Amino acid sequence: MLRSLTIDPDKCTGCLQCEMACSYENEGVFNPAKSRIKVFTFHDEGRFVPYTCTQCDEAWCLHACPVDAIRMNRETGAMEVSDSVCVGCKVCTIACPFGTVNYNQDTGKVIKCDLCGGDPKCASACPTAAITYVDADATGLDKMRAWAARTDNAASASN
Amino acid sequence: MSWTKKILRVNLTEGRIEEEPLNMEWAAQYIGQRGLATRYMFEETDPGCDPLGPGNRLIFATGPLTGTMASTGGRYSVITKSPLTGAIACSNSGGFIGAELKSAGWDMIIFEGKSPGPVYLNIVNEHAELVGADDLWGKSVWETDRLIHERTGDPQTRIAAVGRSAEAGCLYAAVINDLHRAAGRSGVGTVMASKNLKAVAVRGTRGVGNIKDPARFLRSTTEQKKVLAENAVTGQGLPAMGTQVLMNVINEIGALPTNNMQEVQFKDANKISAEAMQEPRESDGKPNLTTNAACFGCTIACGRISTIDQGHFSVENKPEYWGNSGGLEYEAAWAMGADTGVGDLDALTYTNFVCNEDGMDPISFGATVAAAMELYEKGAITSEQTDGMELRFGSAEALVWCVQKVATGEGFGADLGLGSRKLCEKYGHPDLSMTVKGQEFPAYDPRGVQGMGLTYATSNRGACHLRSYTVASEVLGIPEKTDPLVTDGKAGLVKAFQDATAAVDSMGLCVFTTFAWTLDNMAPQLDAACEGDWDVDRLLEAGERIWNLEREYNMRAGLSGADDTLPPRLLKDAARTGPAEGKVCGLDQMLPEYYSIRGWTENGQLTDETRKRFALPA
Repeated sequence: MLRSLTIDPDKCTGCLQCEMACSYENEGVFNPAKSRIKVFTFHDEGRFVPYTCTQCDEAWCLHACPVDAIRMNRETGAMEVSDSVCVGCKVCTIACPFGTVNYNQDTGKVIKCDLCGGDPKCASACPTAAITYVDADATGLDKMRAWAARTDNAASASN
Repeated sequence: MSWTKKILRVNLTEGRIEEEPLNMEWAAQYIGQRGLATRYMFEETDPGCDPLGPGNRLIFATGPLTGTMASTGGRYSVITKSPLTGAIACSNSGGFIGAELKSAGWDMIIFEGKSPGPVYLNIVNEHAELVGADDLWGKSVWETDRLIHERTGDPQTRIAAVGRSAEAGCLYAAVINDLHRAAGRSGVGTVMASKNLKAVAVRGTRGVGNIKDPARFLRSTTEQKKVLAENAVTGQGLPAMGTQVLMNVINEIGALPTNNMQEVQFKDANKISAEAMQEPRESDGKPNLTTNAACFGCTIACGRISTIDQGHFSVENKPEYWGNSGGLEYEAAWAMGADTGVGDLDALTYTNFVCNEDGMDPISFGATVAAAMELYEKGAITSEQTDGMELRFGSAEALVWCVQKVATGEGFGADLGLGSRKLCEKYGHPDLSMTVKGQEFPAYDPRGVQGMGLTYATSNRGACHLRSYTVASEVLGIPEKTDPLVTDGKAGLVKAFQDATAAVDSMGLCVFTTFAWTLDNMAPQLDAACEGDWDVDRLLEAGERIWNLEREYNMRAGLSGADDTLPPRLLKDAARTGPAEGKVCGLDQMLPEYYSIRGWTENGQLTDETRKRFALPA
């Protein structure tokens, strides 16, 4: 079963536990600056939005890479960067429409979410379930359920 | 480990910046943050120094767990000698700049001297420089934040700044970081402005590593986050209601100081409570509260993000206040609300915004306005001083007028910026000042919560709830219930809370975790992260050592046991309503026992034996 990260910004408090979990898993330090998932704060609106790679099936980054450093992991569905192949040309960072492939100047390679090999640490660290890792076919079901609950059936029946 | 073991020393007089190693011998005794910075203050300053002179130091200090995945591990403190109290000051703040400083590779910044002109310190990892700030002087915190972000071009730059109130000499000016988190109390912002230091801007991309036992640390922090999540206060009450959950509770037990502590219950408490913040407004159908928000690494997320009703008189035609910003916490809502008799939620949210915008401590601000209102009603202050504004209890217009005056220090704002003690002295009624050691009380009346009377009287930074929050025990039953109306046993309770809290404040964690955690929950996290063996006993010993060193500093600064007292109103005028009706605060029944279990003399002085026991510096 393929699984996906789903993100519900309404539940996010902006605590950055996800960024620390991600950077610790991948870099060995607690370092939001090197996280593959980022929480954006929209101060005036009072909103916090976690954002990361959605692992496109037809991945722009993968197709753009001139040295085939980005490959799909068949088990997790994640597009993974092979550090030994990546030449740091950054073409993938331009190709990605969402900006979720980033360059790491300390290593000269690009970094992106690889779903931690199927156990994404951001999701397990999130204290409010704003980030969850669910059956890929079920993405959106929670949102559908929430909207369904808001449908005013009683009112429409009486009209 | 977990300390970066590096200090950034900034001599403002000479514009010199140097890196130096952290004194690890002291870290082993004083942990970090509050404790360790106090040790540096003790070493480097004359306790008798002028708080606003170049001889005072200003220290930004993180703890060993700051910047890690330990829940709430994002705290930093500003430590200095207070211009409000003349005692040691240590104001703790959350937000994000503490972790950013650690991530840039620094445990502490020590500022010394005084810059010849306005500057701010810009830190990008190991690079630090003083930048001219002539253009920022005279600007609010919010404007300064915007302008520095424009300069760095990096939205991730974290900024702490002082506002116009600090520049004008308001004695309770705060250091505001991340727009609406405050190192709030005791005038630490006033000291910063006195050094011509407008702001500290930090970008740290190195991260915090260096964990002693990473696997154990991750296991321990994960376990302890679960404890917070499953606790009713930290898992449900605080995220849903914020600290404002207390407003109605404290009012019901008759410990909500009202009208400058003349009364202990406020008739409009429900109008300014957490519940009121969630009620949809008539005008636009939206509640005051938009959402809760977390500081760095915090899995509790008690912070409030709020809006003001756009039609409210305070913000009419002022769209700059129509967006979301940091909303009301209990202390601010109490001081600017109940203590002034103002039951107008939008007015309080506005004055809270302005306290953040121009860097004032909302507790001291509100309590000083309350004192001014009593002075006005008694005729000691007249409309001559107030440009015709009637400073009456309950007047939202007066409160809003006052905050605008203090923000800039104009006119009567300069008087209000003196704080309650000096204001009441100036107008001939020192007895009306509700302060200890010159610092205004927070939101618990010690006639209704007796332990808080001893807490206030003996607090090393003047009246403060965060030095030993016995409300946890006396009202909420954490860790066990004690009777708020009796004095028996409170001396021991206060000492235990003081010592434990000093340790918490020195680790990089938030004291709000202690609704669910004890040192038993914290020691394993610290021990997994840091070199040396850290257990509960060692933390308690360090906490007690820190408490005694702060006390020693204050004694050398000229304070004495005579300062461990409360205003006559709380000792002589009984509560007139509620469960505490007929009660005064029985301080004299607690203080001698407290001195005794502290190992101090009858006059509250440290003994050589106590100094030796904690290996205090000479």
